[in-house]
Amino acid sequence: MDNMLDIRNLTIHYEVESGTVHAVEGLNLTLGRGESLGFVGETGAGKTTTALGIMRLIPNPPGKIKSGEIIFDGENLLDKSEAEMRKIRGEKIAMIFQDPMTSLNPVMTVDKQIAEMISLHKKVTKSEALKLAGDMLELVGIRRERMHDYPHQFSGGMKQRVVIAIALACDPELLIADEPTTALDVTIQAQVLELMKELKQKFSASMILITHDLGIVAEICDKVAIMYAGRVVEYADKRSLYSHPIHPYTRGLFRSVPDIDEDVDELPVIPGLMPDPVNLPSGCAFHPRCSMATEECAKVRPEMQEAEPGHFAACPFCVKKFMNGEAL
Amino acid sequence: MLKYILRRIIMLIPVLLGVAFCVFTLLYFTPGDPARMVLGDLATDEAIKEFRDKEGLNDPFLVQFGNYIWKAVAHGDIGRSYSSKRPVMQEILTAFPYTLKLSAFAMIIAIIIGIPCGIISAIKQYSWFDTITMIFAMIGLSMPVFWLGLLLILFFAVRLRWLPSSGFSTFKAMILPSVALAAQSISMVTRMTRSSMLEVIRADYIRTARAKGQKESIVIGVHALRNALIPVVTLCGLQFGQLLSGAILTESIFAVPGVGRLMVNAIMSRDYPMVQGGVLFIAVTFSIVNLLVDLLYAYIDPRIKAELK
Repeated sequence: MDNMLDIRNLTIHYEVESGTVHAVEGLNLTLGRGESLGFVGETGAGKTTTALGIMRLIPNPPGKIKSGEIIFDGENLLDKSEAEMRKIRGEKIAMIFQDPMTSLNPVMTVDKQIAEMISLHKKVTKSEALKLAGDMLELVGIRRERMHDYPHQFSGGMKQRVVIAIALACDPELLIADEPTTALDVTIQAQVLELMKELKQKFSASMILITHDLGIVAEICDKVAIMYAGRVVEYADKRSLYSHPIHPYTRGLFRSVPDIDEDVDELPVIPGLMPDPVNLPSGCAFHPRCSMATEECAKVRPEMQEAEPGHFAACPFCVKKFMNGEAL
Repeated sequence: MLKYILRRIIMLIPVLLGVAFCVFTLLYFTPGDPARMVLGDLATDEAIKEFRDKEGLNDPFLVQFGNYIWKAVAHGDIGRSYSSKRPVMQEILTAFPYTLKLSAFAMIIAIIIGIPCGIISAIKQYSWFDTITMIFAMIGLSMPVFWLGLLLILFFAVRLRWLPSSGFSTFKAMILPSVALAAQSISMVTRMTRSSMLEVIRADYIRTARAKGQKESIVIGVHALRNALIPVVTLCGLQFGQLLSGAILTESIFAVPGVGRLMVNAIMSRDYPMVQGGVLFIAVTFSIVNLLVDLLYAYIDPRIKAELK
């Protein structure tokens, strides 16, 4: 299959006073053309850092991409110069940020903020860019008359629509959405998700959707990557992951989702906390919280193994069990 | 917008009345008889009585105050200087251009040096440039203006003989007083720009601008700067207001014939109408500068403009 994005062994560290934060540690990930990938993990698992790494927007200092490759359209983004990256940002890879309240420049009208993106990547005059900006606003469901308004004159959901309009203004090949609905209330969430789904089809872009909401992933994505402590621990297409998760962490996540048909008083949780990223556990980072952990788990860092076609998990023990048809 | 400006101007009236009342009361209760002060120790009791009657000094306090305000509003007459015998208004208006020039120069120096230094310090935080700038800002902020003024005179006027030590008639003569007066403002503008910029360059919308593929120079110069300048404008306005009214020390050291020196001389010689008029005048200029700053603020920040509508 034609892979548009292929991340190999990506390691990103932040140097802080208390030590080195291992935000992303040897991450591998692939994304096919036109696919949407759900990128799921707890807060602090390194999802946003990975996304910023792809954009090469890691704040430096303190952040630094230590090693790895990010192959996009056959070229390693980490070898690109800053000027080459500027051409890619916005035009090829666009990003939607988490908090629409703070993602827009408060002293600039929204049409200018969209037109800025268009002028940077398309050969158009200023007035054409502004006209296209108006078109983009209509596309995301905001009336053209409001194009000269400032961000504070819009509600949260509408601001996120503006952010989406900016991201899609240059018809990017890859759209990275970093928890696009976390800051919105539930009804607006549904509207924004619907809009994103629709526009993704329309622009035939690939998408990475970062979230910690398994429900949103189920609705929008084709593939899912589960991230834990800077690494992908399970990667599969949505159907097989949701029907039979393999990695103990993934299974823990699914167990903690409430079942609407069942009446329970207490939800099962994964015991313990996310490990301190300054001081990651040896071997498998999940082993201190894993009920199946053996001595082996604390020693060897498990590699991803294919349990069934297209379904990978970083737990040799569970993969073996799964392949033998034993219950997990 | 016009309505807002009008409302603000109307609000000035009670402020000025209050200031006038305070100053008038203070001076009323200050010991010493103005009549004696004007006519001198050798004047006869008769002459003094005559003067007191003529000037209304025997009237009740509130009547005197009312007369003062009435004259000020109706004829623009805020009394006559005891020492020079000329109208206070005229004296102030002769002196004010010097103060205005001095303050404007100082403010321009502060902006030209302070804002770029603040920006560079912020984007190169903890670099040697940042460290040195912050040290200088600290020195500038803590050095008293009379001390700095004297040092400048000693070095540039006495030793090097490059610049005159006093006066304010030629451009050369303006340099030293302006620099001395600007020192504190430079430091404050630099520090404010730096901290405001540091806050802004970490904002999400700066990341958004970078994610568009925008050049770093435009990300900083357009997206960040305009947001970072909002508090700096307020500071500059307050500083300018203060410079206009508070250049007293600088004017005294460099013998600039401005409002500040006029006030000092008036206080020394107990020239009450002069002091009163001076304080009132300073209150007016300060209020007007503040109003202008608020309007400028609305121009820069659309969120505030929206509130005014």
